[in-house]
Amino acid sequence: MDVTGNPTEVLLRLANVSKEFTSVEGGNIFAVQDIDLTVGDGEFLSIVGPSGCGKTTLLRIIAGLDTPTRGELAFANGGNSKDARPNIGLVFQEFALLPWRTVLGNIEFGLEIRGVRKDVRQPEAMRYLKTIELEGFENKYPKELSGGMKQRVAIARSLICKPKILLMDEPFASLDSQTRFNMQKFLLRIWGETRKTILFVTHNVDEAVFLSQRVIILSERPGRIVATIHIEMPYPRDVNEPDFARFRKQVFKYIQTI
Amino acid sequence: MVVILWQFLSMQGFLPYHRLPSPLEIAAGMKTLLIEGLPPGYLLYRHALESLFRVFCGFCIAACLGIPLGILIGWSQKLNTLLRPFIEVLRPIPPLAWIPIAIIWFGIGIESAAFIIFLGAFFPILLNTVSGVRTVDVRLVEATKVLGAKERHILLKVLAPGALPSIWTGLRIGLGIAWMTLVAAEFTGVKSGYGLGYVIMVARDIQRPDQVIAGMVTIGFIGYGLDGLLRGGQRRLLKWM
Repeated sequence: MDVTGNPTEVLLRLANVSKEFTSVEGGNIFAVQDIDLTVGDGEFLSIVGPSGCGKTTLLRIIAGLDTPTRGELAFANGGNSKDARPNIGLVFQEFALLPWRTVLGNIEFGLEIRGVRKDVRQPEAMRYLKTIELEGFENKYPKELSGGMKQRVAIARSLICKPKILLMDEPFASLDSQTRFNMQKFLLRIWGETRKTILFVTHNVDEAVFLSQRVIILSERPGRIVATIHIEMPYPRDVNEPDFARFRKQVFKYIQTI
Repeated sequence: MVVILWQFLSMQGFLPYHRLPSPLEIAAGMKTLLIEGLPPGYLLYRHALESLFRVFCGFCIAACLGIPLGILIGWSQKLNTLLRPFIEVLRPIPPLAWIPIAIIWFGIGIESAAFIIFLGAFFPILLNTVSGVRTVDVRLVEATKVLGAKERHILLKVLAPGALPSIWTGLRIGLGIAWMTLVAAEFTGVKSGYGLGYVIMVARDIQRPDQVIAGMVTIGFIGYGLDGLLRGGQRRLLKWM
């Protein structure tokens, strides 16, 4: 990983990716159109854009939950079919934890379905529990956790599968601002420790500038890439620095032209 | 309060014995059923056990078929379109209307009784399971898919536990209907020496309303107890809710 924002190696490449839906009236609607995008290995990349601009669709295509109607998607290992996909982590705004499983049960889920034995996967899950600073909560159910805690469990649940890329769909949007700030710092720590590639979708410009090396701005539907801005600022970043305001202004400038 | 008022009205002669016996008379009838039995020698607890056994057989078969089938129908649109018409036509037929055909198929005995009970319990269990699977949040399915879950993992580890609250409701409704169906089945179709429905019928034949009502009260309390068992299980199984 190169903190100046120049990815060292390509992990994922999208070429001319479009996704069309058939509307109720029978016409075709583009959710996203002609997306060309290269994601570097270990990069922290954010996608910002107005609501309904297809940010989520883009993530779903990369996660394999949707298929593009046109264009190509290729991972560095050459796999673009479903089977050749590397492990992928997907974190939702609504957490999507299994409510009938405890914190530990949720974290170990990915290992469980891969047939990892209990005496191997439980210590492993405990290790991730420690990483997300939720020791002592292993036997709690999701309903007993706060939003920030739930989201940390969801992140641990993804990380335990050793994903090549962590896709995050407005993961902190439902949290209060203090928790949100803590989670942003937490995520940067995880990124620094694990060197995971993170693709982060948000509609919050400050969040994108604070977190990422590169910000991609999508237009309103059909979502197209309007601009790419490299945030050339060292970590940890300070929102009160003049540089921060400068990058923030740059991103806003494009958003206002949409 | 109601019982005291009832006893009072009986003692004042407003409620004659041959219409509605007083609570004390019913208690005496209950004592007779417990100690002497009806017909004499056929004790109440044996009647109750026999009835419970019939319900247990029919109910277990209904649960063992209804839950897996419901999960599959809820999961597969194809299976749903294939089976829905049959289910919707069979479902409104009252279990008691099956008694003649049950007797033709299985004769008079435990098999017919279990079959009738099965029919009463099966549909609520099946339909609640289907709707339970349908209400599982699609994001849970997607989240686990991305984590690498295959179809069988999604069925067993997402849809089945996610539908459990609804399945449990189905079991409670199913057991309630099974219990009601049983007694009616014992009235008309299934003639044997034991059974709570049979007791009531015999008591009526010998003109003993106190014993008829004592039999009814027994049925009520056992039904309440059965539901209590399931409610207890619900609290334990669904503490995550």
